[in-house]
Amino acid sequence: MRSMQFSMPKACAALCLVLSAFSGSLAEPILGDQQAAGVRALLPPRDVQAMDTPRDGGLSLTIRWQPPSGEEAGLLGYRIYRADSPNWEFRLVGQVDRNTMEYQNIPNDSIKVQMGKEYYYKVAAYDSLGEAMSEAVGPVKSRPTWFDIHRLPILVAIVLFFGSVLVFFRITKRGKGLFIRRIAGIAAMEEAVGRATELGRPVLYVPGIMDVDNIQTIASMVILVDVAKLAAQYDVPIIVPLNRAFVVPMAEESVRQGFLNAGRPDSYDPDNVRYLSDEQFAFTAGVNGIMVREKTAAHFFLGAFFAESLILSEMGFSTGAIQIAGTANIHQLPFFVVACDYTLIGEEFYAATAYISKDPQLLGPLKGADFMKVVIMALLVVGSLLELFGVHWLTGLLTLS
Amino acid sequence: MKRQIPLLITFFFGIFMIIQYFIPHHGVNEWGGRFQGWTIIVLAFAYVLGVANVLRISLEKVYRKEADWPFKLVTCISLVLMMGIGLVEGVGEDTFFVRRLYNQLYVPMGATMYSTLAFFIASAAYRAFRIRTWHAALLAVTAMLVMIGRIPIGQGIWSGFPRLSDWIMFEGPNMVGQRAILIGAALGAISTGLKMVFGIERSYLGSGD
Amino acid sequence: MADDKQSWLNRMANLDKRWVFLCILLAVGFPLFFPIGLPMRPSQPVKDFYEVLQALPDGSMILLSGDYDPGTKAELYPQNVAILQQACKKHMKVVAIALWPTGPPMLERAFNEVAVGQYGYKYGVDYVNLGFKEGREAVMVEMGRSIRHAFPRDFYGTPISQIPLMDKVENYNSFPVLIDISAGYPGTKEFVQYTQGRFNITLLSAAPAVSVPEFSAYYQSRQISGMLTGIAGGAEYEALIGHPALSARAMDGISFGHLVIILFILLGNVFHFLGKRTSA
Repeated sequence: MRSMQFSMPKACAALCLVLSAFSGSLAEPILGDQQAAGVRALLPPRDVQAMDTPRDGGLSLTIRWQPPSGEEAGLLGYRIYRADSPNWEFRLVGQVDRNTMEYQNIPNDSIKVQMGKEYYYKVAAYDSLGEAMSEAVGPVKSRPTWFDIHRLPILVAIVLFFGSVLVFFRITKRGKGLFIRRIAGIAAMEEAVGRATELGRPVLYVPGIMDVDNIQTIASMVILVDVAKLAAQYDVPIIVPLNRAFVVPMAEESVRQGFLNAGRPDSYDPDNVRYLSDEQFAFTAGVNGIMVREKTAAHFFLGAFFAESLILSEMGFSTGAIQIAGTANIHQLPFFVVACDYTLIGEEFYAATAYISKDPQLLGPLKGADFMKVVIMALLVVGSLLELFGVHWLTGLLTLS
Repeated sequence: MKRQIPLLITFFFGIFMIIQYFIPHHGVNEWGGRFQGWTIIVLAFAYVLGVANVLRISLEKVYRKEADWPFKLVTCISLVLMMGIGLVEGVGEDTFFVRRLYNQLYVPMGATMYSTLAFFIASAAYRAFRIRTWHAALLAVTAMLVMIGRIPIGQGIWSGFPRLSDWIMFEGPNMVGQRAILIGAALGAISTGLKMVFGIERSYLGSGD
Repeated sequence: MADDKQSWLNRMANLDKRWVFLCILLAVGFPLFFPIGLPMRPSQPVKDFYEVLQALPDGSMILLSGDYDPGTKAELYPQNVAILQQACKKHMKVVAIALWPTGPPMLERAFNEVAVGQYGYKYGVDYVNLGFKEGREAVMVEMGRSIRHAFPRDFYGTPISQIPLMDKVENYNSFPVLIDISAGYPGTKEFVQYTQGRFNITLLSAAPAVSVPEFSAYYQSRQISGMLTGIAGGAEYEALIGHPALSARAMDGISFGHLVIILFILLGNVFHFLGKRTSA
């Protein structure tokens, strides 16, 4: 293919000259001596560089270049060639359009990169008539990156977070009390279960509609232990409808543990932990049916919720039940605030376990999160002021990409 | 021991996935991807648990003829029907499963449940936006401004309503509040995750007996 | 007399919600039978969505993720159709994936209606439906390395090596833009968290109205380059592409529905205050 680049134009040029001689007029040369006719020959790309792709797994190389000097109206794009040695045949690796000045030879290309092996690259600008190839650049070899330096700010934040958790952990272990403000929704949990007991009707606990790999579901399972304990103490049934099959054994274990903690393991009824459906609105219809038929008197909506939140809470309101909701899905908070008696907003929901148990070990992470909030607020204020005065180093430092 | 092993597993995989975020090395990432694949496989097996739970509870109520047992019978029949026909016929576009059961039963029922939101929003708004305090007044006025700014009639009444609504939603109070709650919720999630990974919070594992 | 008035005011302040439901039904249902066709003024997020796509060269290839289900079909399917209208007008190639199991049939229906039905698109050459892949965020990240590895077969079970359009597809770098039609989880938020910054992709979102407050922060920081905001956004978008359809028809009902809700809020407060004054 390379040899044809130089023989075709010359042959065509010769043909044109012969034709022009017969016609008696000087035909416009199509190829070959284009400069004499005012048509520029396609030039190769400039400043071709090949390098190891930064911050990758070690199986990729990056090739960059500048467009050919001067105007290249007919330029269609660039082709990237590779060889193991500058004297060997170069094989086509990839092709990009004329506006792209970079190519990554990645593991999923048909011609792969082997880690640690040396390669040479050429880049050719091409148009409808042919190619103009650059000189070979190299050798270049790929190396894996063991640490992504651009993510250092996150690592610093995590270390700071861990550190603050440890500090507060040690403070609480020494017996020094830490202040936590009163959260009305958590304080009302016992009141809600008590009211269900007065009415002689069950408690309903919905742990959200996400699976066990969602942190809100896990947090809800932890709170369920305490709510189940309250229900056992007050001798009132607790119904737990579930949207995900995998949560069933966790919920069963949590409720059983709650009854055990209350000293009433015999009162535990496994039939009250019910998987309804994976489908969001089928589950919602099922929970609505439970509310209406079994006349539940206290509702706990604690976990990850989506569009069904208003349907559940409005239906619950219409039954006259006392309702406590908590979620970190901020788009559903307005619906819960409107329809429920108490709402735990975002981190209040996560703080519930520490708040209920008052366990010093659980208070440490809670105060650690509070400390990080102070740090973030300070960064926001300082960063905003710096930006106001045109100083961007802090923003640059905290930008990941 | 019954508790120690799950705690160790949680610790190992939790720490690995945190560290994996900082290490671009392809070998490390490959293992991270593999672990995530294992999660999906394990979760898929949970469907067996779910079906067993539904059938056990429903059939028991049908057998004992407890209150509302016909609904439980309908549940069991529907479950068996959908599963059976889907497994036998497959889920191609022209199958009875898709044409009748999915398109003409499942789809309209899901859409109907979702559409009840419109009615519930109206009744919730009528009840909830009572101006008893100054922040309740702020809430009600903001809600009305956003609602009227989003519709052509509002644009017709005053051309500034859409701009005001966009400012509230995308540049002003809403965006500020959402960001603040996002940051707090994210910190809470990290804190809870750390408690799980380090075994500080272990009540979800049960008693271990 | 005063007691009668007080009792009436209390009844009105605590109106049976079925009257509210009836008024909403009439307000939303009436324009469906007697459309009015109120003019729309596109909002900035919708304009940005339109302009990002419009700026792409004709014949570009776009990645479309259909992550919604029948429950949100009323809001998101018209947006899906409108997106394909704009894409097909510019002869764009469309590679579609889904992270929700209910997504592929929705996408297929939209393709049949628009791409095949109106523009004569050929499957495998002009568009392809790669179907659903379980894995959520893991699939999103995997696509950054290799879409072919994440989706080895299409929705119909054909190996992608046999699909001509997929010859040009490697990962996100093969596309100038990713459009996510997102009803919830996994969706736009996860694309922002796991892929937008990591792989530096231009992300457009078509979302239901309830998700707009959450995504507004990402739009404001330009992690989402454009957004369709519920049925109102869909109607504005249909006006921009010059093809008013389902969303535009629904806008009349939404407009009257909003007005009824505003009216009820005002009436509720009026009755509440009058009741308080009378009892005082």
